[in-house]
Amino acid sequence: MENGKQKSGSLVWLVLFWLYVTLPLLWGVASTLKKALALFD
Amino acid sequence: MADFFRKSRITANAGFNRWLVPPAALSVHLCIGQAYAFSVFNDPLTRVLGVSAPTAADWKLTTLGWIFSLAIVFLGLSAAFGGKWLEKVGPRLTMFVAACCFGGGFWVAALGVYLHQIWLVYLGYGVIGGIGLGLGYVSPVSTLIKWFPDRRGMATGMAIMGFGGGAMIGAPLSVLLMDAFKSASSVGVMEAFLVMGGLYFVSMLIGALTIRIPPADWQPEGWTPPRVENKMISQNHVHIDQALKTPQFYLLWLVLCLNVTAGIGVLGQASVMIQEMFKGSVTPAAAAGFVGLLSLFNMGGRFFWSSASDYLGRKNTYFVFFVVGACLYALVPSMGMIGNMAMFVLLYAVIMSMYGGGFATIPAYLADLFGTQYVGGIHGRLLTAWATAGVLGPVLVNYIREYQIAQGVAKADAYNVTMYIMAGLLVLGFVCNVLIKPVHEKHHMKHDEFDELDGIYPAGEEEA
Repeated sequence: MENGKQKSGSLVWLVLFWLYVTLPLLWGVASTLKKALALFD
Repeated sequence: MADFFRKSRITANAGFNRWLVPPAALSVHLCIGQAYAFSVFNDPLTRVLGVSAPTAADWKLTTLGWIFSLAIVFLGLSAAFGGKWLEKVGPRLTMFVAACCFGGGFWVAALGVYLHQIWLVYLGYGVIGGIGLGLGYVSPVSTLIKWFPDRRGMATGMAIMGFGGGAMIGAPLSVLLMDAFKSASSVGVMEAFLVMGGLYFVSMLIGALTIRIPPADWQPEGWTPPRVENKMISQNHVHIDQALKTPQFYLLWLVLCLNVTAGIGVLGQASVMIQEMFKGSVTPAAAAGFVGLLSLFNMGGRFFWSSASDYLGRKNTYFVFFVVGACLYALVPSMGMIGNMAMFVLLYAVIMSMYGGGFATIPAYLADLFGTQYVGGIHGRLLTAWATAGVLGPVLVNYIREYQIAQGVAKADAYNVTMYIMAGLLVLGFVCNVLIKPVHEKHHMKHDEFDELDGIYPAGEEEA
């Protein structure tokens, strides 16, 4: 039981940590993509 | 306090999830990648005193150009000299020092902007920040290689992709902050530097606190090293200093330098080139969009090609860069001549993906040849090739272009020879890659040497 709790806790931490790095990256990619679309206007 | 940074404190416990290491590495690389977006500060920095328009006492663009150049030079120097130290003290302390230097560098530069003293900006962002860049760049790479022996290329690709992505975060973030802080008496750069220094320090600190190194005998669950022996993947280790005595190090230095020189050379002229080759149909805004598109391919290529190298092999991946790259560089002028902009953009995009891929695949190539134990330090020394290419690429391209125009060649055609010369550089790179053979066993370290040399210990074998 304790082991299962620990495992799900570390899984939540893993997801949060990945979100912490990917969300700003996605924001940066979206900003760049918006700028890049000017090429096809 | 010193104990907090020791390798033994960051050796992972059993059951540690190795997928926590890539975001720790990305926490650092996404910050230091901001360096490639520094040019967004250039225009506002020419108006620090005049605010709405430059005054005679304001800094000139040529003066400001040195900030980025200094940062790249100190990146190369600190990576080269700090790599050995990294192997000795481990990634946590190195990443912490990198955070202090990169964040602190912004603050010193902010003081320089406030006092309008350019030497303080050079010292802050160029020297101190540049040291943070170099240490931050190499510190998580060797750790990732050790955690992902089954997918070295993909692991290093993730971190080095972050360096490419850092510019994409840094550019809009800088603009957002300058817009928020600008007023009748300020262009908002000093305030933006202060906030960014703080944000980057905290983010890099998170990376330093969460990084872990694997125990010495650790292997991924269910994975055993492949039985079929690949001579290009060594099971032995070569010491940092010994690596410099091998021809493989210098051949790889040339491979990286030539690939980066060609890439940097054409990247720097991409915006002007598309406007001059397709005169009238490409506006400056569209050209800026083209550069944005290239940076996306540069970033994506870092992950794609380094991951592909796990299946193709490192040597074959570089063969693709050099053979396909040389053909594409040579084809670009023809696309301009026949007015095929879609193909021109596509060729350029693939070229940029391979430029990024070259950066991301090199640590795994080093690990294959020299072993994983000192790959961080060896990688640091190899990055001097990047600093060299950073100077060589733009100088070569600009010189050839100016010479062509002086000889009466039309501006739109002046790029043709440049692209053919860049293709020639890739052919040279191909030859260097052909010459790379496995490292001779006389360079391999013996087991007892691990304990004797320079106090550098394999992960998990450190003295208590």
